[in-house]
Amino acid sequence: MSVASQDSGMRQGRVARVFIYLVLLLFGLFYLLPLYVMGVNSFKPLSEITGGGMMALPEVWTVEPWLKAWSTAQIGVEPTGLRPYFWNSISMVVPAVAISTVLGALNGYVLTKWRFRGDTILFGLMLFACFIPFQIVLIPMAAVLGTLGLAGTTAGLVLVHLVYGIGFSTLYFRNYYAVFPTELVRAAQIDGAGFFRIFWRILLPSSGPISVVCIIWQFTNIWNDFLFGASFASGGGAPMTVALNNLVQSSTGVKEYNVHFAGAILAALPTLLVYIVAGRYFVRGLMAGSVKG
Amino acid sequence: MGFLDIDNATKSYGAVEVLHKVDISVEEGEFLVLVGPSGCGKSTLLNMIAGLEEITSGEIRIKDQVMNGVHPSKRNIAMVFQSYALYPNMTVRGNISFGMEMHGIPKAERDRKIGEVAELLQIIPLLDRKPGQLSGGQRQRVAMGRALTRDPDVFLFDEPLSNLDAKLRVDMRTEIKKLHQNLGTTIVYVTHEQIEAMTLSTRIAVMNGGYVQQLGTPKDIYDTPANLFVATFMGSPSMNLLEVEIETAETGLRVSTTNAQGAPLHLTLDNPSDALRQFAGRKAVLGLRPEALTDAEGVDQRSVHIERFENTVSVVEPAGSDTFVTTVLGGKDCIARMRSDTPVSAGAPVTFAANMEKVVFFDPVSEARIP
Ligand SMILES: Nc1ncnc2c1ncn2[C@@H]1O[C@H](COP(=O)(O)OP(=O)(O)OP(=O)(O)O)[C@@H](O)[C@H]1O
Ligand SMILES: [Mg+2]
Repeated sequence: MSVASQDSGMRQGRVARVFIYLVLLLFGLFYLLPLYVMGVNSFKPLSEITGGGMMALPEVWTVEPWLKAWSTAQIGVEPTGLRPYFWNSISMVVPAVAISTVLGALNGYVLTKWRFRGDTILFGLMLFACFIPFQIVLIPMAAVLGTLGLAGTTAGLVLVHLVYGIGFSTLYFRNYYAVFPTELVRAAQIDGAGFFRIFWRILLPSSGPISVVCIIWQFTNIWNDFLFGASFASGGGAPMTVALNNLVQSSTGVKEYNVHFAGAILAALPTLLVYIVAGRYFVRGLMAGSVKG
Repeated sequence: MGFLDIDNATKSYGAVEVLHKVDISVEEGEFLVLVGPSGCGKSTLLNMIAGLEEITSGEIRIKDQVMNGVHPSKRNIAMVFQSYALYPNMTVRGNISFGMEMHGIPKAERDRKIGEVAELLQIIPLLDRKPGQLSGGQRQRVAMGRALTRDPDVFLFDEPLSNLDAKLRVDMRTEIKKLHQNLGTTIVYVTHEQIEAMTLSTRIAVMNGGYVQQLGTPKDIYDTPANLFVATFMGSPSMNLLEVEIETAETGLRVSTTNAQGAPLHLTLDNPSDALRQFAGRKAVLGLRPEALTDAEGVDQRSVHIERFENTVSVVEPAGSDTFVTTVLGGKDCIARMRSDTPVSAGAPVTFAANMEKVVFFDPVSEARIP
């Protein structure tokens, strides 16, 4: 009797599992749909799209839209393609991510291992940076950039993202270093290592996972930012996201959907790449902070 | 002036004082153990010697030089931590050499020193491993190796054995003792294990609630505990403590208590001290170690004063080398330590022999020992 019931129980379990997988598969396909549409249409001549059939595979494969989006499409008034703006974004993202990560790590180190009176309050204040909506700071920030003479420059954008990014990077590193054994720091002090030496030789080598988390987070946020880019960068200095918007808006006559799709994928490519390369560290790093050591 | 002087050292965190005027002077080559229950301030005191915690008031001197405000790396001390604190990203070799590197010692000299220490601690095959690939005992050795390279004036150990299993703990204890005998370096060692304190130390400081309760040799502490706290904290099983009446008798004084049946039981005292005479007619707490309360034949034959009495046994616990026998005296359980093959059984009467030379008395109000 018990054997029979166990058997039917297992069968029921299997049915449920097949059902669950089917549902998950469906959701997966649904989420991939936009990427699919963008992908196939970016390889079609425009006539195929306007002739209907967004879902169909291209009859004639062509890389023409990609080349156009990259180097000759009309952005605003100039026919430059997205290429110069791509480099704008790179030269904004790389320093902003690098500096905010390093400063976040230093802040986390000081806030956990060199505690001082009022350090928790200071940390609490820094966390505001994570919660203040972007719109609130637009006007004061414009004034600050103006005073510093950085208005409309990439350096100005780097500064804006840096200020916003430090809140998050400090949060990440502080929580990570909070469970890092303080005895190691004390041992290093007795060994004669100073403030920076301890950071460089003892803490940083063990900070791989959280650095990856921080870098991915900052990279995607800064790369995808539109509001600050649109507000503080002018014309030729605009980042990729703003340029993409201009590309889509500035069509004279026919809307070249295939070029727009190719441009959108180009704009999303770097963040996609970062996730593919470092995504598994992201999950691992997020877990590492949460499990008590 | 000792080699390491802790002079009226006080530590406060904000308004809370956790160490109160600690005064200890350590001679060169001594092995001082700080022992006490959790939270009594042992680590804090050790960290103050190391320079990892500031001294709120008072002074700490090493070789007559005031250490207040001196950086930990400039004190010529070495410390072994409870968690070993090995740098996880460096190999064993890297761990041992890091301190020397920070002090600018040339590579050749460092390598020579690493070889020497590795040889001494038998960790040569481990030199290229990371700490994560070592067992607890091996990590312990590496941590000691790291400390040894510094030729320190004072070694500081903070509960170095508490993460090891029982067997390994005993082995490493012996190793630390050997190390001390070979090197003769001054050691300050923190533990909450009274057995570790007894076996390793040349002197013990028993601490409680931020106060040093007693400072003395293991024998002092064990035989003549300064107060009830020290008496109960040191020794396992702990000292039997009975509230008794002190009465005058024709030879001097006698102790009056009751046996298991509640009938009066008297034990005479030879040559009582003057202080104890003051307690005649009053209550006092009598302290007797389990090994001073034995079967009639197992009693220390050199003792000049033995009191024998018969009492009912309530529990018998054979422990291999000894048999622990519980009996009721003065309404309280007392443990006697008898030879392993003593014929005793629970519920039956047996003759106990108390070595009265080892008896100590405490003032029931102040809890201090009556000298
Ligand atoms: N940073 C601090 N702020 C406030 N109180 C502290 C701080 N560090 C330690 N204390 C207090 O000081 C007292 C002594 O702590 P300490 O770590 O020296 O105890 P310990 O004897 O080493 O105990 P254990 O055996 O558990 O290690 C404790 O009561 C502790 O709560
Ligand atoms: Mg401690």
